[in-house]
Amino acid sequence: MTEKINKVLILGSGALKIGEAGEFDYSGSQALKALREEGVKTVLINPNIATVQTSSDVADEIYFLPVTPHFVEKVIQKEQPDGILLAFGGQTALNCGVALYESGILEKYNVKVLGTPVQAIMDTEDRELFAGKLREIDVKTPKSFAVTTITDAQKAAEKLGFPIIVRAAYTLGGQGSGFCNNPDQLQILAANAFSYSKQILVEESLKGWKEVEYEVVRDKYDNCITVCNMENFDPLGIHTGESIVVAPSQTLTNSEYHKLRKLSIRIIRHIGIIGECNVQYALDPYSEDYRVIEVNARLSRSSALASKATGYPLAFVAAKLALGYGLHELKNSITKTTSAFFEPALDYIVCKIPRWDLNKFSGVSRMIDSSMKSVGEVMAIGRTFEEAIQKGIRMIGQGMHGFVGNHNLEFEDIEKELVEPTDMRILVIEKAFEKGYSVDQVHELTKIDRWFLVKLRNIFNLKNTLEKVPSLEKLEDDLLLQAKVAGFSDFQLARIILNGNVSEEMQLVREHRKKRGIVPSVKQIDTLAAEYPAQTNYLYLTYSGKQHDVEFFNDRQSVVVLGSGAYRIGSSVEFDWCSVNALKTVNEQGYRSIMINYNPETVSTDYDMCDRLYFDELSYERVMDIHDLEQPKGVIVSVGGQIPNNLAMRLHNSDVKVLGTSPVAIDNAENRHKFSMLLDDLDIDQPRWRELTSLEGIKEFVVEVGYPVLVRPSYVLSGAAMNVVSNSEELEHFLTLAARVSKQYPVVVSEFIEQAKEIEIDAVAKHGELFSYAISEHVEFAGVHSGDATIVFPPQKIYFETVRRIKKIAKQLAEALEISGPFNMQFLAKDNDIKVIECNLRASRSMPFVSKVLKSNLIDQATRIMLDMPVEKPHKSIFDLDYIGCKAPQFSFSRLKKADPVLGVDMSSTGEVGCIGDNYYEAILKAMLSVGYTIPKNNILLSTGPMRSKVEMINSCRMLVERGYNLFATHGTHEFLKLNGFDSIDLAWPDEDKKPNVLDHIAGGQIDLVINIPKNLTSHELSNDYTIRRSAVDYNIPLLTNARLASAFIYAFCKIDLEEIPIKSWREYK
Amino acid sequence: MMEYKKIRLKLEDGNEFEGYSFGYEGSTAGEVVFNTAMTGYPESLTDPSYRGQILVLTYPIVGNYGVPNEEEENNMFLFFESHTLHISALIISDYSAEYSHWNAQKSLGDWLKENKIPGIFGVDTRHITKLLREKGSMLGKVIFNNEEPEWYDPNQDNLVEQVTVKKKEVYGNGKHRILLIDCGVKYNIIRYLLERDTTVIRVPYNHDITKEEYDGLFISNGPGDPKLCKATIDQLAVAYGKDTPIFGICLGNQLMALAAAADTYKLKYGHRSHNQPVLQAGTNTAYITSQNHGFAIDNDTLGKDWEPLFINLNDNTNEGMKHRSKPFFSTQFHPEASGGPTDTAHLFDEFIAMIEASKQQG
Repeated sequence: MTEKINKVLILGSGALKIGEAGEFDYSGSQALKALREEGVKTVLINPNIATVQTSSDVADEIYFLPVTPHFVEKVIQKEQPDGILLAFGGQTALNCGVALYESGILEKYNVKVLGTPVQAIMDTEDRELFAGKLREIDVKTPKSFAVTTITDAQKAAEKLGFPIIVRAAYTLGGQGSGFCNNPDQLQILAANAFSYSKQILVEESLKGWKEVEYEVVRDKYDNCITVCNMENFDPLGIHTGESIVVAPSQTLTNSEYHKLRKLSIRIIRHIGIIGECNVQYALDPYSEDYRVIEVNARLSRSSALASKATGYPLAFVAAKLALGYGLHELKNSITKTTSAFFEPALDYIVCKIPRWDLNKFSGVSRMIDSSMKSVGEVMAIGRTFEEAIQKGIRMIGQGMHGFVGNHNLEFEDIEKELVEPTDMRILVIEKAFEKGYSVDQVHELTKIDRWFLVKLRNIFNLKNTLEKVPSLEKLEDDLLLQAKVAGFSDFQLARIILNGNVSEEMQLVREHRKKRGIVPSVKQIDTLAAEYPAQTNYLYLTYSGKQHDVEFFNDRQSVVVLGSGAYRIGSSVEFDWCSVNALKTVNEQGYRSIMINYNPETVSTDYDMCDRLYFDELSYERVMDIHDLEQPKGVIVSVGGQIPNNLAMRLHNSDVKVLGTSPVAIDNAENRHKFSMLLDDLDIDQPRWRELTSLEGIKEFVVEVGYPVLVRPSYVLSGAAMNVVSNSEELEHFLTLAARVSKQYPVVVSEFIEQAKEIEIDAVAKHGELFSYAISEHVEFAGVHSGDATIVFPPQKIYFETVRRIKKIAKQLAEALEISGPFNMQFLAKDNDIKVIECNLRASRSMPFVSKVLKSNLIDQATRIMLDMPVEKPHKSIFDLDYIGCKAPQFSFSRLKKADPVLGVDMSSTGEVGCIGDNYYEAILKAMLSVGYTIPKNNILLSTGPMRSKVEMINSCRMLVERGYNLFATHGTHEFLKLNGFDSIDLAWPDEDKKPNVLDHIAGGQIDLVINIPKNLTSHELSNDYTIRRSAVDYNIPLLTNARLASAFIYAFCKIDLEEIPIKSWREYK
Repeated sequence: MMEYKKIRLKLEDGNEFEGYSFGYEGSTAGEVVFNTAMTGYPESLTDPSYRGQILVLTYPIVGNYGVPNEEEENNMFLFFESHTLHISALIISDYSAEYSHWNAQKSLGDWLKENKIPGIFGVDTRHITKLLREKGSMLGKVIFNNEEPEWYDPNQDNLVEQVTVKKKEVYGNGKHRILLIDCGVKYNIIRYLLERDTTVIRVPYNHDITKEEYDGLFISNGPGDPKLCKATIDQLAVAYGKDTPIFGICLGNQLMALAAAADTYKLKYGHRSHNQPVLQAGTNTAYITSQNHGFAIDNDTLGKDWEPLFINLNDNTNEGMKHRSKPFFSTQFHPEASGGPTDTAHLFDEFIAMIEASKQQG
């Protein structure tokens, strides 16, 4: 190390959003670990309170503040760090760092940028600089023109010839990008792209070329390695975040592999990166011609994937290199004896598959293209492609059993689906085979390399062979093994061969194959393909093997923790925090911890976190396979969210010891009917509900409870799974067009209470006794999903009586269900009337938030209780806190073309932040600024919906007027404001052919904040309101759609000056 | 699987692995070694250094991009490392019978069949690799149809004799005359030399080099125990008397050491991969290299005129040496790559620079 660095500032990536998710918790945590190992004091800015990196044992000082130049400067001023790391917090951190550098702040405070110099970052971010830089070393980039006007964009397209691709500079994962086949499409796309960036790129289209990436590392001595290469299953044109990706590449010859590798090293040297970067290539499928598509001068989603795919900890090494080490001076973290200067040799294949949640949004396009929409991903490991892809399709967790053996899938127009891929693309290929399409035909339509298609075809052919087997007894061992090698699950085999009651029959398959000695082998990921002995605990299971790499102890001294699986809407980094904390407690209590999870973005799948990491499926079959081998003390199912929770009963029925609350009790809470009866027995109130099988039945029930009602169908055709309907017309509309109601598909209808507060309790119980708890309240009224709500803890605006009664109900239920471990309940409160709306006997999304605000780790307590170890009851009560935490949701609507950015009963946020303030408004303001809201400069557009919310907003409008803001309003709102004595500028609705029009103002960038409150609870596509909301999102203008939240935000920024927000670290809130 | 016949691999230690045959349906014997490279099977299979060896590939999925065409340039195949396959048998985990690549002409299985080389897939190659790692390289037999051959230890034979060129051949027409002693040279070495304005005079390993005129001497890679290659060692001892630049690769490195009175020994299981890290001695410069060798120089026996040039970062073994005063150097790794990383290709430039310097002085 050249000069002594004592204190380093690290910028996190903030809330999880599409294109910037859990991978940055992993990379940041790795960097912090590396710094700590060197005795460097660390300061972290990251408002994402649910992350592992924002834990006191990971970073020294933690600021839950927005990662924006304003706040980062304030922290620098206060902390006086010697250096700053910009590469570990995604695009958010990078953009913020570049801004601080350009404005001279870093220089002013003498903060050294460690690792890659900022100039190198800027060279890669600006496409023209980038292309020029690569031209200097004769490296090819796509033919491209940087333009700043739409006219120039059209001229450039003429020169290149259509189709072309449009990209916006300086954006997250392809925002504002897309293909254009003609000038009209270009006109629209360019206008949109210019709303994100002053400069856009018009480029030659390389559609159909292979997409290949390299992860490259360089140290200050100019030593370079490529840790991994990866090949996209989908050809260029589909964002790498939207594509199935395999590592290592499968269809590249040695010459191609090393040609691109050599270029990667030439590029990293020329740009001058110290640390890690990612180079993306397009490779001609008919020659060795190539183009460099992109260089990311920072840790990325791909680098996290590469780390998990190879066992090479890229972020950890990059942090060490930033401190001045050479690669050859570091050791391979897996073998501990060989050098970190090497390139991993894999003896397996990994397959990454994206997870989409497009069902959660109304109106969104299902097409996958050059911008990213997926919300999570899985990584499957196998020793055949067939094994990896089938595992992966199951891991995605959307009801698929693999490439084959899925029911209820129909596609209207297979050819169109193949040409214009959607989130169902892989399953469409199976359907195509079924309909008789050949590999060549599918290749022609999709441009997916034949190699991948042939492998998929192998699975399909094998299914056809298996279908001819009449019974398990007639199934030859060789064929059974061949099926398992090709990744068939017991479920698939049961369905294909037996085709009766599959969940029972899969047990028969399991017993049969165990009798025949057909069981998986445990293999290590050791970075050197077994060349050197490695004590690695990073494991997976495969049927391409006859020998286990590890020994099993059978001493019941290990504890299995089931992780969260793919991040999805409703389950993300918070369950990773819970899992990691459970592992820590298991370790501290002297047990060996065993993790099962398959999400490459997580910290729980860092092999340093546990004694054994099984990077494999969270299915009954696989958990039982591991359980058979490990014979643990027990299994923890309550910290990974709903996936492990759903396994509880079946594991219990197979004599697996589920630690903590009994699976029978879990079932009593999960089963609507059983739970309802329990509440009735305990005399606890709940909204009236009924499970109904006909429209008439529903209407009769509505007569009893009145509209609006919450409708939860069990079969959804399109759009959201839940909906609130306010009249019979809406009801019929929903149940005929969007969902079904029948004996086969019953619908649950509940009374919907308006204007009610929603309150949550996160708690831990010990043998039926309430042990610790945290009660928090939603800012929005009930009707906004708890995951989309802004939550304040401790509660500020509810009666003491309410708190007391909620605590009492929690106690009653803990006792009745004999809870031992974490649980969460949600309530409606209107006046002092309290109704239970939900109860989960597992860790909840808000556990890390309340644990960190309380500074009392609920998961640690819960885990000790589950292990039957001594635990001290926290003496702190929520009323003792002198500060307030606020958790705010992060939405990714800008990524989801056409989706209606409105809040409803189904969750649509992709992430969250949690900030702490000395008072309510300070906490809210920090949280809102952290999820991307900005304090408006001058102009605010109001379209405040129903009279109730117009009234609700009246005080806020007064404050805005007093502060000198200009109000713009749609007709009704304008009239209402006028009646109340406020001036506003009347704007015409989007569908009116009049000026001044709302849309012109939004598109013209004249509005700083849009407040649009929907008129009723049903989402209306293509209505005026929708158009206003959607344009706000498309033109990147902050949007609020809830009156109570809007009021709170307006209050906050009117009362608190940005400059006056105190800069306090988490530790300083006492 | 029904279309594939069973075939098995038997190791010296008694372990047997049954899999399916995808190559020539016959039996064979040899020394079992493993390679951890993830690409480059056409290159490896035609590398003369694998003579007599049953090759286990640790990367499990093989055959994906088929086998390239037999296009020639300068009398050498463009996409292979010699005129024929040299391995005795190929052992893999999962075979891609249907390949996909614009440059592919046939499947790996068909290529093996044409060349009468058995291939096995469907065995636990990681298990085999671990056995070789723990017990060292072993002899092995591939047994088809229960026809069990005798054990065969290729290291007892002068394998170089089998792979060296039979008579002098000349390539190119460049300004520097390179005398290449062929102990089993890979085509890419010749290609790299020709790219640098040379004429390559390829001679048999036991050719009398005193009769040749040359600006630089090159000692190639090759198979087997270097000590069995006495003819070349003797030639080298003579060449050391002159000041003409010498560059040796792999077996060439070992032969140059033996000619300088240093010693070589057999590694437990050798280095066969594309990811071997080497450090240039006395510097902070490190390279990823391609390697394929079972023997190594004993660093401690290097005489006072010689010093290590590169050291393996994983196990500190010798990766090259250089003469302290004369323009003689050698590498244990393969700067010509093919397959593998090309990071050290500049060593060929250094060789040419030495030749130019030597000519100026000369």
